[in-house]
Amino acid sequence: MPRGHNGRLVLALLADIHSNLEALQACLAHARAGGARRFALLGDLVGYGADPAGVVDVAMDLARDGAVVVRGNHDEAIEGESSYLNRSAMEAIAWTRPVLGDAQRRFLASLPLEVREPDACFAHASVHQPARWDYIDGPAAAHRCMEAAGTPYAFCGHVHDPRLYFESRPGRAVAFRPTAGTMIPVPRHRRWLAIPGSVGQPRDGDTRAAYALVDFDAERITFHRVPYDHGGVADKMERAGLPASLVYRMRRGI
Amino acid sequence: MASEELLKAAVAGRQGTVIDGYALGERLNAGGTGYVYRVGAPPGRDPGFPLAMKLPAVGRGEPLEGIVGFEMELMIHPALTGPHVPRLVASGSLRTVPYLVMELVEGRGLVEWVERAPLAADEVARVGAALADALQALHAQEVVHHDVKPENVIVRPDATAVLLDFGFAHHARYPDLLAEEMRFAAGSAPYVSPEQLRGLRGDSRSDLFSLGAMLYELAVGERPFGEPNTAAGMRDRLWRIPTPPRGIRPDVPPWLQEIILRCLEPDVQSRYQSAALVAFDLRNPAQVDLTIRSRRLRAPGLLGQARRWWRARDPARLAALPPAPQPARVIMIAVDTSHPDDTRHPSIQWHARQAISTTAEHRVMCVSVVRAPALGEGPALGDTESGRQLDHLVRLGRWAEPLGLPPERLSLHVVQSADPAATLVELARSNHVDLIVLGAPAPSEKPLAWWRSVASGVTAAARCSVLVVRAPGEPDARGEPG
Repeated sequence: MPRGHNGRLVLALLADIHSNLEALQACLAHARAGGARRFALLGDLVGYGADPAGVVDVAMDLARDGAVVVRGNHDEAIEGESSYLNRSAMEAIAWTRPVLGDAQRRFLASLPLEVREPDACFAHASVHQPARWDYIDGPAAAHRCMEAAGTPYAFCGHVHDPRLYFESRPGRAVAFRPTAGTMIPVPRHRRWLAIPGSVGQPRDGDTRAAYALVDFDAERITFHRVPYDHGGVADKMERAGLPASLVYRMRRGI
Repeated sequence: MASEELLKAAVAGRQGTVIDGYALGERLNAGGTGYVYRVGAPPGRDPGFPLAMKLPAVGRGEPLEGIVGFEMELMIHPALTGPHVPRLVASGSLRTVPYLVMELVEGRGLVEWVERAPLAADEVARVGAALADALQALHAQEVVHHDVKPENVIVRPDATAVLLDFGFAHHARYPDLLAEEMRFAAGSAPYVSPEQLRGLRGDSRSDLFSLGAMLYELAVGERPFGEPNTAAGMRDRLWRIPTPPRGIRPDVPPWLQEIILRCLEPDVQSRYQSAALVAFDLRNPAQVDLTIRSRRLRAPGLLGQARRWWRARDPARLAALPPAPQPARVIMIAVDTSHPDDTRHPSIQWHARQAISTTAEHRVMCVSVVRAPALGEGPALGDTESGRQLDHLVRLGRWAEPLGLPPERLSLHVVQSADPAATLVELARSNHVDLIVLGAPAPSEKPLAWWRSVASGVTAAARCSVLVVRAPGEPDARGEPG
């Protein structure tokens, strides 16, 4: 694996980018400045936003350089089933399909549902039955995911709020709401599940893009929030003719 | 040696066992979450102070909290700074050999004070304030200790208190590994707070309850809740108010009883809201707000206790999380009593009133720094000098009158110093002041550069916020009206 400065292995976790190129670029720049030399894109590259082609191009470049990229339900909806999405999400998918080129669509269709490494597992929704797109909405779902992963670390998206789960004792997970910018020790003799929050469409009332950095050598994770011109992105969505409800959510971060 | 063998050798107390270069010496004690040894530093890695190594309590019959507690300590101790915790030198992870190497704090254990108890009120206040300072420093780092007891406190030769053992601690920004591990063994029975017994963690006021239990023990020579060893005996403190110190030792002054019983309130909202305020009151007995707590000689009657007992059983109250602490603000106002006609006085008073109005609870210190006469100039210290001090004190009292503060909220200080800025900063630091209000450079200081004024000196060196007040319409540096 490529190592960053000081020889440290720092991985950036980027989930739920949702066609928001500006937010993705802001997070990548922040992550590189923070020493990240490896990237994991945790699904839902597209949907909702106005820049699906730009985001997929960046993802393809990162993947060529060894990034982990997994498939999300919105990525899947480009080629296949999308009836379970809500109306505005379906409208955004319908808007996205003709905007993507063949190579971009092939890339999305080729993405795996999960990636396993010796220390970590990556999936969009949950490592436990990833194709079901179940939300990790509490300790029970988090524990199923950690069990299925079997690795010290599991990294997921799908849920747009940043969360850190840990196994408190066998059979039991506990949820923790991280504070942005705090380096949190995550010793690997325990199991951890990190959900970095959404890069492109945060829903917790904070308009800043969310992502996380994992330092495997120091066994620490830091959740970050990165400000960018989210108002400009909302304007762009409006001009592109995307549903007004999505534009409104973008402006408010809800 | 494999890590497990190393750990066993260490726990068996085998001198000469070497862990990561640190050679084990004598065993100092077996604490709640581990064993502590004196260790020698490896060559070239001597930090210049004596070292101790802590190893987790593991093995048959050792409690699970021991290992999880050690893990919490491995997470939290490295994040702590300041003189009130042992300096951390090295640590080992749970995957290899878990250990912590830290400063072996030189000083006397608080246990020595407890053994001499009952102590005089001023000695209780002195050591209590030092301990409250240490808790304030910890709480300011978003950490709650949760096991404050005499065995976990060392007083350095310079009277600074040091807190040991963070095995039960809670860090607001770290996941709480003990959140769902706690059964009965939360903290130590004689000192643990009622909310900890209910499994609530992360409230800094829990440490103030434990502090109150220790102050009680130091002042009275007995523990407020005895030595409970049954769950029912422990649950007592969810509602019970202990026998007031003055009921056992009538020479405990009312102000000290007030402080102790306020720390021991079963309801967190009735307690002090910050350790800084406990320290402040212990250092300023005249400012302690004396309530019925200070006058009691017996625990509240059967009816009152029954009412508390009933309320403590209310499931809705038990389930509800108490609101976060609203710490009182300590506000320091620097008043130039040498120039009573200065145009800035009304502005400083107005801003002081604004600052006071923003918090329900506050302490105000009005300070006048009188420049010490240079050597060989003016009269020597004597009657005239103390007369001069009194004169300034009277002026200061008159200055503070319009603020309309009750006497227990206000203290007046006249200090003589050749370096007013340094004196103000030091006073603010030792009293945990949150805000200093003072005037901008006086017209007489205008010819001097800004950085030489008292206001700039205080602003640069203070650890708290500083409000520099200018009178409206005062001419600016170029002599033009503002």
